[in-house]
Amino acid sequence: MTRDRRLSWINGLLLPLFNVLTAFIATGIVFLFIGVDPIEATKILIYGALGYDEGLGYTLYYATNFVFTGLAVAVAFHAGLFNIGGEGQAYVGGLGTALVALYMNPALSAWIVIPLAISGGLLFGALWAIIPAYLQAYRGSHIVITTIMFNFIASSLMVYVLVNVLREVGEMSPESGDFIEASWIPFVHDVLANFGYEVTRSPLNMSIFVALFFSAVVWFFLWHTRWGFAIRAAGKSNEAAIYSGINPKKIIVVTMCISGALAGLVGINELMGVQHRLFLNFNYGYGFGGIAVALMGRNHPVGILIAAFLFGILYQGGAELDFELQNVSRDIVVVMQGLVILFCGGLEYLYRPVLIRYLAPVEASE
Amino acid sequence: MSDFFLTTVLTFDASVRICVPLIFASMAGLFAERSGVVDIGLEGKLLMSAFIAASAASVFGSPWLGLIAGMFASSVLAMIHGFASITYKGNQIVSGVAINILASGLTMILTLAWFKRGGITPTLQNDERFLSITLPGVDIIDHIPIIGVIYRELISGHNILVYLAFVIVPIVWWVVYRTRFGLRLRAVGENPKAVDTAGLSVEGLRYRALLVGGILCGIGGAYISTAYTAQFTKEMTAGAGFIALAALIFGKWHPYKVLAACFLFAFLQALSIRLQGVVFPVIGEIPVQLIDAAPYILTIILLAGFIGKAVPPKASAQPYIKEL
Amino acid sequence: MTKSNIAIELINVDKHFGAVHANDKVNLSVKTGTIHGIVGENGAGKSTLMSILYGFYQADSGQIKVFDKDFRATSSKQSIEAGIGMVHQHFMLVDNFTVLENVILGSEGGALITESLANARVELTRLAKEYGLEVELDIAVEELSVGMQQRVEILKGLYKGAKVLILDEPTGVLTPQESDELFRIFEALKNEGVTIILITHKLREIMNITDHVSVMRAGKMVAHRETSKTNPEELAELMIGRKVLLNIKKSKAKIGKPLLVAKNLEINNEQGLKRVSEVSFEARSGEILGIAGVTGNGQGTLLKALAGILPLTKGSIEIMGETISPKSRLNPEQLRNLGVAHVPEDRQKMGMIADFSASETALMGYQNDKDLNQGIWLKKSLVKANCASIMEAFDVRPPNPNLMSSNFSGGNQQKLILAREFERDPEVLIIGQPTRGVDIGAIEFIRKRIIQMRDAGKAIVLISVELEEIMSLSDRIIVMCDGVITGTVNGADADEATLGMMMANALESPAEVKGAEV
Repeated sequence: MTRDRRLSWINGLLLPLFNVLTAFIATGIVFLFIGVDPIEATKILIYGALGYDEGLGYTLYYATNFVFTGLAVAVAFHAGLFNIGGEGQAYVGGLGTALVALYMNPALSAWIVIPLAISGGLLFGALWAIIPAYLQAYRGSHIVITTIMFNFIASSLMVYVLVNVLREVGEMSPESGDFIEASWIPFVHDVLANFGYEVTRSPLNMSIFVALFFSAVVWFFLWHTRWGFAIRAAGKSNEAAIYSGINPKKIIVVTMCISGALAGLVGINELMGVQHRLFLNFNYGYGFGGIAVALMGRNHPVGILIAAFLFGILYQGGAELDFELQNVSRDIVVVMQGLVILFCGGLEYLYRPVLIRYLAPVEASE
Repeated sequence: MSDFFLTTVLTFDASVRICVPLIFASMAGLFAERSGVVDIGLEGKLLMSAFIAASAASVFGSPWLGLIAGMFASSVLAMIHGFASITYKGNQIVSGVAINILASGLTMILTLAWFKRGGITPTLQNDERFLSITLPGVDIIDHIPIIGVIYRELISGHNILVYLAFVIVPIVWWVVYRTRFGLRLRAVGENPKAVDTAGLSVEGLRYRALLVGGILCGIGGAYISTAYTAQFTKEMTAGAGFIALAALIFGKWHPYKVLAACFLFAFLQALSIRLQGVVFPVIGEIPVQLIDAAPYILTIILLAGFIGKAVPPKASAQPYIKEL
Repeated sequence: MTKSNIAIELINVDKHFGAVHANDKVNLSVKTGTIHGIVGENGAGKSTLMSILYGFYQADSGQIKVFDKDFRATSSKQSIEAGIGMVHQHFMLVDNFTVLENVILGSEGGALITESLANARVELTRLAKEYGLEVELDIAVEELSVGMQQRVEILKGLYKGAKVLILDEPTGVLTPQESDELFRIFEALKNEGVTIILITHKLREIMNITDHVSVMRAGKMVAHRETSKTNPEELAELMIGRKVLLNIKKSKAKIGKPLLVAKNLEINNEQGLKRVSEVSFEARSGEILGIAGVTGNGQGTLLKALAGILPLTKGSIEIMGETISPKSRLNPEQLRNLGVAHVPEDRQKMGMIADFSASETALMGYQNDKDLNQGIWLKKSLVKANCASIMEAFDVRPPNPNLMSSNFSGGNQQKLILAREFERDPEVLIIGQPTRGVDIGAIEFIRKRIIQMRDAGKAIVLISVELEEIMSLSDRIIVMCDGVITGTVNGADADEATLGMMMANALESPAEVKGAEV
């Protein structure tokens, strides 16, 4: 094997694998520290997430959200942008979905309402990303900072909307009324029941196919269209992009809109698929989770599907741990998320020098 | 009229209390960013320190031990940030995000493991926390109109950490602009190569800056759980770290301007509590959420360049890679 | 205490960067109080060697002696302490610091800077008087001219007690007048016993001011000479290694109609500074128009405007029947569609993307081509096939379209870029630094291809810092200095002396030329 081949194996496979393993081992150490047997915990976690059909349903349901936010982070990343605002874009996207799902004519067919409500999520998610994008492109304001700020502004905005606008008269809790039934995305257990398969009820709904569909779209878009080429070129080098006739400013705005739109889809799974109403903090944690998913999945849709599934396992398995063990709550998943971001992101190159020294040493030149 | 005056003084008093963690965190961020390391992990460090400080204060029965433990915990996180972004030249923003999420998860897990209650620590007794200090002379000055009220309500009656916060700002200014460390700090954030070729260690300077930041954040976190309140509760920092970050930008990385921004943002928060449900003539009720979001909106407007321009240190967010 | 008169001695200094052997058992000895030149082509290893001496890099093996003492630097700190100062090609200054602050950085003396600043002020005033290095001390360095910033760098070295001063390509960014001023300072320093090591690739400077000269080639030190006992021809030969006659045969130009007409161009660079004014010229079918000039005199800015990257602020360009003016811009893509190809000056940053595969780099600028796209689908197999065929045509090695662009050698990267631009059969070619950092074999190949394009009736605008390249390729040469055209000559009539004078804009004022030659 040539050195270049070895290097690409190291960078493409070994390094990410080592990083994920390190995050797992570090989580194991946290378990030991709080007096929980990590092997026992892993068993419970995996059984809870995959061992029975309801658990698997929950796992896939959580994974669906992570696919959306993971794709959102990844698309922006390919344009060299760090979209840390997935949290806010998901939140406001949910508002777009809700507005359609609340106020459409209830007599309309689901075939019309559902696509429209999904578009509402895409549109509002994109809108929430467009101001930070514009400010980055044309005023030079750093997108990381502006998207953080927009997360908080989204949070205030949504509280205002839910408390003062969408809350039904006489209701105490800040949530909207029920969506029209035509906007409900069917549960997978209901669909399967139609075909004669009985599975236990779970929140898993047909949104998961929307997630798979958009994963394929993102893959095709980034690597098999001229626009994807332009985004990736601009992400690698501003000057090279300009040279190639690509306007990097436009790329920033367009890419962030796509990114925000993808994040805006969290609402279809959570709201149209499960809760059928808009409520506070339905998006909680998925935006930041998306960063971990994208980093772990190396910003590639296939990697993101795998990473999202893994995080689904952790979310569902974490809930099971919470239930089974006294000393640990599902927040262990948050710890693990942090460790994944740390080791797959911040400490991405931790093992690189060692791996290169032993597996791909520099050959002495003549 | 005198009612209005008292309310105003009390709102300012509340602002001062809210301001304290913002000051510590934004001064921490100032050191980090002046050295060229972007620190969006301020929130996580505040949270971690708040938790560790409350835990230690409760276990050891001393707010001072709590404070030291909080500073230590926050510094550990700062060093992790440094390890990733200085030694391993990782993405500074990613490792900052990791620290925030890690702190959020660990505080929840550890409260449960140590105190058997998810997300909270035991309530601190009075001798386990920082209490208000009544400054000398309150009784005497109290009789003087206006000044008496201001002295009693606004200036006196805070805990030691509040006074420390206001002392720390001129100290930070002095360190940054009058000491050798400050000169090198400012240089390394602008042009690390110039520092390297002057025979100084870029990495060493950045680690030191982060360590100072870790300690300052630690004080801010300890204040929240052992002085401002008397226990740690879930996510109790509630975005203070991010408001501090906003203040840092709003104050253009200059200690006194950052202090002013902290106070402005704290005042807005105090105001939003005061104004809840208050109906004004003509404009009606001001939505609390609008005031809550104001610091962020103001910072965005500043970043957009509509009111002055916020130019960060030139080398910020770039890992230093040695090459010619 | 034996005191030899050797300031710096390097014995078998060796340094690798990955697979690149930057310094190969280098030996060098520099006499105290002399000006010692080190010449070599770009990439010969001169800067690396000096950076090792300055403690910025560490040698893999070998020995260094400074004033007869064994010396091993792990950071610049030890070098500074040993009395070595270095003025880098890109200045190591903190832009928003004052001159005074920049000078004391790293040698403050105490924990508080107030006193250090006061002490430095006294010392600098003395140094400035002694060596004629006057600079305003309380001004931010970003407000100073390049020449003044260089003075600050020299003062920095002297303030820190440098007895040996290394200067890396100090005149590259200077005007001829500023260069003369710098050489005068060198003399003053030498008279005070300071040893100067001058790194350059300009032979004229070496001949004019050095006492000794050492030549580097491909990481090796190949010769040491006393300047008075050598000549530019010998040094050039030593630098290049063999007598390369890159005098490529070219037939007489068959000049056709103008394809590009520039009238009164005024152009600002990316920072909004005016870099080109009142530039007019024509590029005709079947000729190569060379644009000569010292780096940074507006040629680069002009090139970018011709390629549609920078807008005009005044004037117009008629190109293939279209007109570009400040009001009507054409972007790089529109220009490509008109048949204007652009080989950028900066290959690494602009011409390619290191992390892209060769086929993707070969697609740059042509990603919207109709035949490569079907609806929304970009036909990647066709893109790869095209890349494979142009790689064959231009002998790019290895001919693998899937290989990452960064994994090709400089020469092959450049050939890939040229192949991309040439193989679309453009009418106008805008070429910047076609052979910078490229090995000799590839240089010959590339130059032949450029001639071929000329003979095929293309109009070619060529910018190069290598005067030799401009002279051997161009049918007509225009010279730029400080953003304006200072001369036009026929390629056949051009000689280095005249061009040099034009590049310094010294033709109209003979007095200054005389001064420069003293």
